[in-house]
Formats: sequence, structure tokens, C-alpha cells
Amino acid sequence: MRISIFLFVALACAASGAQAQDSATRNMAAACAICHGTDGRAVTRDVVALAGRPREDIAAQLRAFRDGQRPATVMHQIAKGYTDQQIDAMAAWFAAQKR
Amino acid sequence: MKRRDFLKLSGAGMAAGSLAGLAGCASAVPSKARVVVIGGGFGGATAAKYIRHWDPSIDVVLIERDTSFVSCPISNLVLAGYSSMQEISHGYDGLRRLGVQVVHDEAVAVDAAKKSVRLGRGGDISYERLIVSPGIDFNFAEVQGYEAAMKDGRVLHAWKAGAQTVELRRQLEQMRDGGVVLLSVPLAPYRCPPGPYERASMIAAYLKQAKPRSKLLVLDANPDVTSKAGLFKRAWSDLYAGVLEYRGNAKAVGVDGKTMTVKLEVEDVKGDVLNVVPPHRAGNIARQAGLITTNNRWCDVDWRTMESKAVKGVHVLGDATLSAPAMPKSGSMANNHAKIAAAAVVDLLNGRAPEPVKIVNTCYSFVSQKEAIRVSSVHEWDGNTLTAVKGSGGVSAARSEAEGTFAWSWARTIWADSLT
Repeated sequence: MRISIFLFVALACAASGAQAQDSATRNMAAACAICHGTDGRAVTRDVVALAGRPREDIAAQLRAFRDGQRPATVMHQIAKGYTDQQIDAMAAWFAAQKR
Repeated sequence: MKRRDFLKLSGAGMAAGSLAGLAGCASAVPSKARVVVIGGGFGGATAAKYIRHWDPSIDVVLIERDTSFVSCPISNLVLAGYSSMQEISHGYDGLRRLGVQVVHDEAVAVDAAKKSVRLGRGGDISYERLIVSPGIDFNFAEVQGYEAAMKDGRVLHAWKAGAQTVELRRQLEQMRDGGVVLLSVPLAPYRCPPGPYERASMIAAYLKQAKPRSKLLVLDANPDVTSKAGLFKRAWSDLYAGVLEYRGNAKAVGVDGKTMTVKLEVEDVKGDVLNVVPPHRAGNIARQAGLITTNNRWCDVDWRTMESKAVKGVHVLGDATLSAPAMPKSGSMANNHAKIAAAAVVDLLNGRAPEPVKIVNTCYSFVSQKEAIRVSSVHEWDGNTLTAVKGSGGVSAARSEAEGTFAWSWARTIWADSLT
């Protein structure tokens, strides 16, 4: 009994920690929506739809923009504003969104 | 409040929201909501949307005077005939579909002690958290004679997209070939730093094509072009030489509608069309609500939550804020401010502590029908305010049609992100 309560509390804490982390990533990713659409669902065909795209792909492209390996009009300047950890978190978040 | 009362309330809010969606303007005005938003521009609309998007249990009332949103971004293209009022105007049904109760009325007073907002047509709406996104109003008195000349239809600002945009387009179309258009720019800070220079480009493009003997004189109160200066000046010398003349340190201090004259500090200049943009301050309701903290003009906020530094429980967004360092008064920023506030309000109403949010600005300006230029920046909490992330951001390498395509894509996307 004691163990199960302990487990329950531990799981609840982990869940709420994960939720806080998720909402922090969600909030950070919301900035992208002005060009890429709400939750990464693109409004026009002129920008990449991020929702549901593989996380490795999003992360690799952001790093390529940031490190100057992929030419761009704007993304090279924006990608430089994010750390590796932030890029990975946002890539995972967009990958998990419905297309 | 007991939990079941809260559930009842939010249930009622959701029911009223969906009824409002069906009945349109005929819906009854609610007497309370957990969140009230004043102003349905880029800031207020986005805040209302994202609170519902992130927590549909929170009932949101949006108070907005006008029945349609008219976008300032792209409105300069209407002046040149490259876009239309229809294209830049959007209704509020997208927000209604998300369960936002949209009340078309004017918020005339805020009682922060009672936590309620007074409506112009009478009645109060009480709130737990208030979001004020009032945009700007003008300090007309700083340009002598302005209000009288504006009433006579002799001078326009067209710095709030709408009727004055239509009227400025009409005046440009009616002007004789060989006429002079005066465009006067106020001292920074003002709404949309590159806006006056995009407008100059659009008016010059129209004159060059339709009235080639005419001239545009840009009278800038600032010493030099305040945004994307190199890119604008390159476009002007390449495209509009002989049409567009730029003068810095040329502050308008008066307007005479009878003689069609703009008075500068040292000389008077005559024109056939007078487009004088007066200095701005936070919108009137911000003043009434005691939210203005700085220079009698702007509202200082805590950039982690957008909560007013003057009035607790009230969040202020958009052009009305005392800008953080290197942060422009732009539609992109107002939309991002709204997301900071929405995240904070959702956390606070759920008993969680808000966390700072990193945000992005991107501003496109057209310099010809198809070509645009851009400035971008990333801003993060530094323990005190939001500052630009070192090494990030910048401007376009050159004007291009590719940037023009992205500019249109940005406009359509941010309209959808803010309103649907």
C-alpha cells in the first residue's frame, strides 16, 4: 500500500513536471505561428507545414539554417536565437501536432 | 469559489459562447467572465483565441468597437491599388467559433478595485483577469490646427486602417498630375517603425505609374529613416528617383487646412494631399484605466506575464506598451505579447506559476508591387526585461520578390493565427 501511494505520488509529480515542460515548449513554439500557422498548420503553400513533420527532420533543418548550411531569406537569422535543447524540444512538439 | 460553481459558470460561459456563435450580434451581453479582453486587434484577438485554444474551460469575453478587423499591415498596398479594403478586412466569427463571446461595444471605464469593465451602451462585465490591448490614440495637440483640418477633410493620418485609408486612396486618385503629396512621420516611438517608409514607397509607386509629373515629399521628424534604412534608401534611389524626396529632421508642428500647408519648425511646405501622422500614445482606455506609466504615453509591463506595472490583475499588450529594448510596435509583436499573456493567464487561473516566454518579431515592408524587405528579431527574458538574443535577427540581404511572397504569406497566416 505504502509503495503504491509512493508510486502514485511519484508518477503524479513526473506527470505535472512533464506538463509544465510541455506547456513551456508549446508557449515557445507559438511564436512560430505568425508565419507557420497555429500549431504549425500552414495557412499558405509558401511556408513549410511543421505539424506532424518528423522531429529529426525539423531539428536537422533548424540546425542547418542556424549553422549557415542551408540558405534562407529569414530562417538563418531566427534559428540563431535558439539553443540545441530548445530546437529539439520544439521539433518534438511540432512533430506531435496533428497535420 | 467552489469548484462546482466554477464548473457551472464555465459551462454557462461555453453555452453562451456557442449561442453567440449562432445568434451573431443578437447575443445578450454577459455580466461576468473569467477573462475580459478589451480590443480586438492583433493583440486582443490573439489573446482571446489562445486562452480558449489552450484552456477551453476558461470563458472569455472580447469587447471590440468595430464589427470587422481591418489590418494595418498590407493597408499601404491599398493606397497604391495593389490590395483592397475587402482583402485586409476580417470578421470576428472565427473567434466566436472558438467560444469567445464577442461584444461589439466600447469599453469606457475600468474599475480595477471591483474588477469590472463599463460598456459604452451601459452595463458592466466583471472579470478575474483583464487584458487590455487598446492600440494607439493620437496626441493631436502636438500638431497645431490638426483636429480642425482633419474635421474639414484636409489632412489625414490613415494610421489606423479603415475609413481614412479609403479617403487617402481617394485623394491620391483625385490629385492632379504634377501635384505634391506630403507624408509627415512623427518622432519614434510610433506604431510600425518601417510603416511610413513602406507607405512612401507605395505612394511613390502609384505616382510614378499614374501621375508621373507628381512628387512625394517625406517629412520625417526623425534624423533619418528609423527602420531598414539602407534597404529603403536603395529602393528609393533605384525605383523612385525624381518622384520621392526624403528630408530628415523635419518635424511637423502645425497644419493649415485652408492653405494646405504643413508647418515645420523652420519653414512651411505646401501640398495637394496632406498625410500627416501625429505622435501617438497608448489608446484612450489605457489612460482612463490608469495603465499609462511613462511620459504620459506608454504602459510599462512585466514582460514575463504582460501584467501592468501600475494595476494588478490587468495585462497590457501591443503598441500601447512601453517597448522593451529593440522591440518594435508591430502586429507580430502584439500577437506574441498576446501569447505571453494567454500563457500567463491560463497558468494563473489554474494555480500554476507563469514562466517567461521567448518570442519572435518579423516585419515585412513592400517597396514595390512585388518586392519586399524584412527585419526580424528573437527576444528572451534576461531576468529584467525581454532583450534581443545575441547573434540572432537581422534584415533582408536585398529587396526581392521572394520576400514579397513571404510577406503575403505572413499576412494571411497572422490574420488566421490571430482571428480563427
